[in-house]
Formats: sequence, C-alpha cells, structure tokens
Amino acid sequence: MALRQRLLISLAGLFGLALAGCASDEGSLQSQKMALIKGRGELICGVQGTLPGFSSVEGDGSYVGLDVDICRATAAAVLGDPGKVQYRDLNPSERFAALASGEVDLLSRNTTYTLSRDAAGGNGLSFAPVVFYDGQGLMVPKASGITDIKGLSGKPICVETGTTSELNLADRMRELKQPYTPLKFQTSDQTYAAYLQGRCAAVTTDRSQLAAKRTGFPNPGDHVLLPDVISKEPLAPATVNGDPLWSDAVRWTIYALMQAEELGITQANVEAKVSEARANPNLADLRRFLGIEGDFGQQLGLSPDFVVQAIRAVGNYGEVFERNVGSGSVLRLERGLNRSWKSGGLIYAPPFR
Amino acid sequence: MNHRLLPLASRLRRELFATPLDGLISVGLVVGLGAGLQALLHWALTQADWAVVQANSTLLVVGRYPLEQQWRLWLLTALLCGAAGITWGLLRGRGWPRSDRLAAAVLLVLGVVLPASLGLTAPIQQRWWWITGLLLLGRWAAGCWGAALPLRWRRLLPLAWPVLYLLGLGLIGGGLGLMTVRPSQWGGLLLTLIEASFAILVCFPLGIALALGRRSALPLLRWCSTLYIEFIRGAPLITLLFLGQNILGFLLPGGLAPDRVWRAAWILTCFAAAYVAEAVRAGLAALPRGQWEAARSLGLNMAQTLLHVVLPQALRVALPATVGQFITLLQDTTLLSLIGLLDLLGVARAVMANPEFLGRNAEVYLVLAVLFWCCCAALGLGSRALEHRLNRHSLRSEP
Repeated sequence: MALRQRLLISLAGLFGLALAGCASDEGSLQSQKMALIKGRGELICGVQGTLPGFSSVEGDGSYVGLDVDICRATAAAVLGDPGKVQYRDLNPSERFAALASGEVDLLSRNTTYTLSRDAAGGNGLSFAPVVFYDGQGLMVPKASGITDIKGLSGKPICVETGTTSELNLADRMRELKQPYTPLKFQTSDQTYAAYLQGRCAAVTTDRSQLAAKRTGFPNPGDHVLLPDVISKEPLAPATVNGDPLWSDAVRWTIYALMQAEELGITQANVEAKVSEARANPNLADLRRFLGIEGDFGQQLGLSPDFVVQAIRAVGNYGEVFERNVGSGSVLRLERGLNRSWKSGGLIYAPPFR
Repeated sequence: MNHRLLPLASRLRRELFATPLDGLISVGLVVGLGAGLQALLHWALTQADWAVVQANSTLLVVGRYPLEQQWRLWLLTALLCGAAGITWGLLRGRGWPRSDRLAAAVLLVLGVVLPASLGLTAPIQQRWWWITGLLLLGRWAAGCWGAALPLRWRRLLPLAWPVLYLLGLGLIGGGLGLMTVRPSQWGGLLLTLIEASFAILVCFPLGIALALGRRSALPLLRWCSTLYIEFIRGAPLITLLFLGQNILGFLLPGGLAPDRVWRAAWILTCFAAAYVAEAVRAGLAALPRGQWEAARSLGLNMAQTLLHVVLPQALRVALPATVGQFITLLQDTTLLSLIGLLDLLGVARAVMANPEFLGRNAEVYLVLAVLFWCCCAALGLGSRALEHRLNRHSLRSEP
C-alpha cells in the first residue's frame, strides 16, 4: 500500500471518520496475523477496559469480563495459553484505527455489528459471531407501576444527548405516535442522577448498561427494566479484513464455545468428556469436535485440540455469560436473546463438520 | 510596627474585621468554609465506602505491575527516600526553609499514622515505617556529619540523582538478570510519575536548545526551531497523542514503533519542550545585551558565555514559568487515560468499572485529587525553595 494512502487512512482514523476502504495486499492463504501472533507468543486484544461485566480490571490487576473471556479463549485456541494476552484499552474513536494499523490483533470491545463497519467501503472490519445481543431498553422505578413502553406516554424520559439512544427513542416514540418529553443530559452521571431524583419517569440506554448502572443505585431492587427493546445492538468481536484465515480462527473459536454449551460440555467436565470420547469410537461427532479425530484444527491453522483449550480456559458460552453478566455476576442480566437457539434464543453455531 | 507583637484579639480585629465590609466577608468565608468542611467530613466519615480504595490500593499505585516483582519498587522507594533524606540533611540551613524541624516532625507523624489509618496490611505498614525511618535517619546523619565531608564529595552529591533515576528505570523495567516487566504492565501512580518525570527531565534541555535555536544567528536553525515551536503550540496535546498512538503504527513497519508508553512519553516531552522553550526565550530576552558583550569582551568564548553568564541568569527569570509548565505537564498525563494507557486516571476508571464497586466514583476521584495535589504541591515547594536559593545568590556580591 502506498505510503500516501496509508497516511490518508490514518488521518481518517485519527479524526474518528470512517476509514477509507482498505483493499488488502495480504490476501494470500498464509495468515500473516497468525504467524505474527505465534511468533510474538502473545495475542494483543483491544478491549473497552471500563465497562462492568464486559471488561474491567480487578484489584490484583487482572482483566475480567465477557469481552475479556473472548480474548482469553482465542489466546488459548491459538497459543494454548489463555494468559498470553496483552490487553489494550481503546476508546470508541480509536478502536477501528487501532485494529487497521495492527496495534491490536483482535477487537473485543462491545462493538455493534453494522453494515458500514463491515463493508469494505466503510470501516472494512471482519466481524466474528455476535457474542452479546444487546438492545436499547428503558428502566423505571418499580413503584411507578409502569409495565411497558405504552405506559410512558406523555411522561418525561431521561436520555444522554448526542447518542444513538436519543435517536432510537425518538424514532420509536414517533412510530408509536406517542408524545413524550426527552430530558437530555451531557453525561451519563447527570442522566442517572436526574432519574434518581425523580425528574423523569424512565431512563433509556442499552439494557446491559442500565443493568450495570442499576447495581450502583442505593436500592437496586426498586428499579425494573421494561421488556421492550427499542433497538438492535448486536455486539461482536472484529478482526481486520483481508486475513481470512485469522478471521476464521477467531470465528470458529467463538462458535466452539457456543457449540460446547449445546453439547453440555463445561469447564468442569471437559476433561471427562475428552476421556469419554477417546474411549468410545462411536461418538464420532464429539470426537471430531474435540479434535480426537478429523482435521478441523489443521484446516483453521490451529492445533487439533483448540476447542478443548478454549473450553478449558473460559468454559462454554453459557458459563461465560453467567459468570460475567448473568446470574453469577452483580449485573444479573437475563439471558433473553442470548439463550441458545434450543431454548428460544439467537445463540447458534453452524455445524462442526 | 510589628503585627506579630500585638495580642491575638487585636490582631484578629485588625486583619479580619477592620471595616464592616471586611467583617462581613470574613464571616461569610468562615461560615462557607466551615459548612463545606463539615459536609465533606460528614460524607467522608459516614456515607463514603472506602473499601473501593483499600481493595484497589495496589492497583491505583502501581497498576498491573506483577505482584512478585514489587519488591523492586519497594527497593526503589527506599533508595529514593534515603537519598532524599541525605540531600535534605546536607541542604539544611543553607537557604532551605528554616522550619525543617517542624517538617521532619510532621513527616514522622504522617509516616506513622497514615499507613495505619489507611487500613493497609501489616507488612505494608511496616515497610512504610521503615522507609520513613530511613528518610529521617538520612537527614539526621547527613546533618551531623555532612559538614565534615570534603567539599569535593558534597559537590558530587547532586550527581547521585540522575544515577538514581537511571537505576530506578532499570529496576522498574528489568533486564540484566532481573525479569523484564514490560511498559504495558506499568500503571497507576507509577506510570504517571514515570511519564511526568521523564518528560520533565528531557523537555528542559530540549526546551533550552530550542530557545537558543530560535534566537540563533543561523537562519536555517532559527527557522526550524520557530517552525517546531509554532507547530507544537498550534496543536492540542490530545491530537498529538492520538497521532503517536495510531499513526506511527501505519508509518513504521510492524514492531519498529517503540512501545506505546514510551511513544506517549516522547510526545509529552516534545510538547512540553516547545512551551519550555518559550519560557526560556522570555528569560533570554529579559537579559540586557550588555551581559553578552561584557562576557565576550572578557575573552570568554560562546560556550563559556552561555554556560557561565547568560543561561544562569536567564533560567532564573524563566524558572517560575517553567515550573508552571512542569505542573501542567504532570496534570496533562491524565490525557493518557484517553488513549488507553492505565495512568492514575486510567486505572481509576478501570477500578470504578469493577462490578463490585459500581457507583463509588466520588471516593476514587477524591483520592486521585489528593494524590495529584501532593505531587503538584511537591513540585511547587521544590521550585519555591530553588528560587529562594537562587535569589539569595543573586543578592550576594559575587567573589
């Protein structure tokens, strides 16, 4: 790529504009990225860093969260060690530039999967499967007795200004032909402070954020999330476009976590399942999945047991969810759309064949 | 008349209640301050939950520095405090504030009480006590026997500081048999201090060079210096930081770009150098032309004129503005949290995002404010003492 083009792209990234389409010259069958990661012995993972449940830092300096577990699972699959991850905190305006410039190998930073981010004419990312189906929601005080969005007709609603939440709310209310008064604030702290002072009947933003903020309220039990979801926010990890082998490795590592939940393989029983599959040649599906027979790992450029490594590191998708944002965490989010397809959710892995 | 000799009541009346308006202002201020203080204390003692700070104290101070390597930081702290104590003892009574006995007593009390009151674990408390003891021991020993040392030795003492600084960077980063701790694992107050101290130390000579360049007789050098200074002063720091973090990766082939921590440190340095250059230029401009001419006519060459006549006087004039720039620089390091480095503010934001401690922002920000205030106050105190010393020199007739 010509230096000038690179500079232009960099400048576009710098000012938070959409990156110019980045036609890659690395489209050979060899994955340069994967060779680089293996040579370095470390995966560099871009995370948000300050988002409860998704990525945050513990008192001992370790990173935890759902996004972090995706990094750990990938490192386990590629390098055989979930600890071999270097985390980079990225802000929204630099995240795509950091990925494009190779500062990070994998962007696991609650990024909404959209057309313009995926398209070569847009940000030109390559998205991995959605790991969290979020959506904009509304929170009301329990005492108000409001049970759905219709109950908010004519009421004031607190919203952060300049966000997509503000636009989504306006769109949805116009659709429902429902009057309302938006109370707009510059920062999220102001927004929630106003809500807690009772200046508005409801507060709106992504449901995961609402749940996270609620845990900081004086009486979290006094507030409920309405069942209405007024926007789609599918959050997915992303890799740079133009290295299909690397993108596939990330994609199928994540699918492996989802498939493991479907097959009932957990962090606790994975060793037992491996011994069971080893002993019984009739369990062909399980044997292929766990890399005891077949060459799935090799086809992806990974080790034969990459699935086992990933599950050993973080457990299956359900465990990752419950531990970080679900019932095992303080956020206590319902699985909702993030249930397995067998239980009526959207989490679905294509067959491992 | 000396006001200090008046009895307290009349002194108060004179200073606070001289006219009705004065009285009104005084009462208003006292009531306002009292109410504010009472509200703060009430909040701090009854409503605040300090567990967030206690549980994350290590994280706030050193970030993600590996636990088993932290003895290196303790060793460095002990060395620094020992050296500070010795320096203190040697400088005592030589233009340094006289009230150093009081300062030592306050330090002793703080050193004993603070670690205990912060609820730190017993071994860490003890380490702080040892370090405080070392500092005071250094001060005492240097005060007793420092004067007996040959002058040549005492002249060498300031050299200990740059040596200690390099040693400190070596201790923090590792190498030479020590396990390497990558810059990406430095964080918290440690990272803030490393970035700020590096930038302050390097930007000062760089700024002097730029100021001299801008006043140089060589046109090319003058233009380049001016262009650099005006370019840097025309761009916001955050833009330059983003540039360093995201563009260098594009421009330099993979792996050649220095670590992002050092990239940020160099950008802070280059940024501050332009401002320091302007402060130094003001100092140079304030110097009468006769000083140059006199020095040259005495037969001093260019370098001697600069080193012995011009710069000492110009820097004395430029000192307050330069220190102001240093303090700004220290505070500017908080911008690093915006480019994803875990400096003090970055770590604090990570701590506040920990699901266990959601909603405990005020406690964390207050601790941050106190830490930053301490660092800035130390810089300010140091510069004032230095000014005091330099001015004393300037009043004395040169031998």
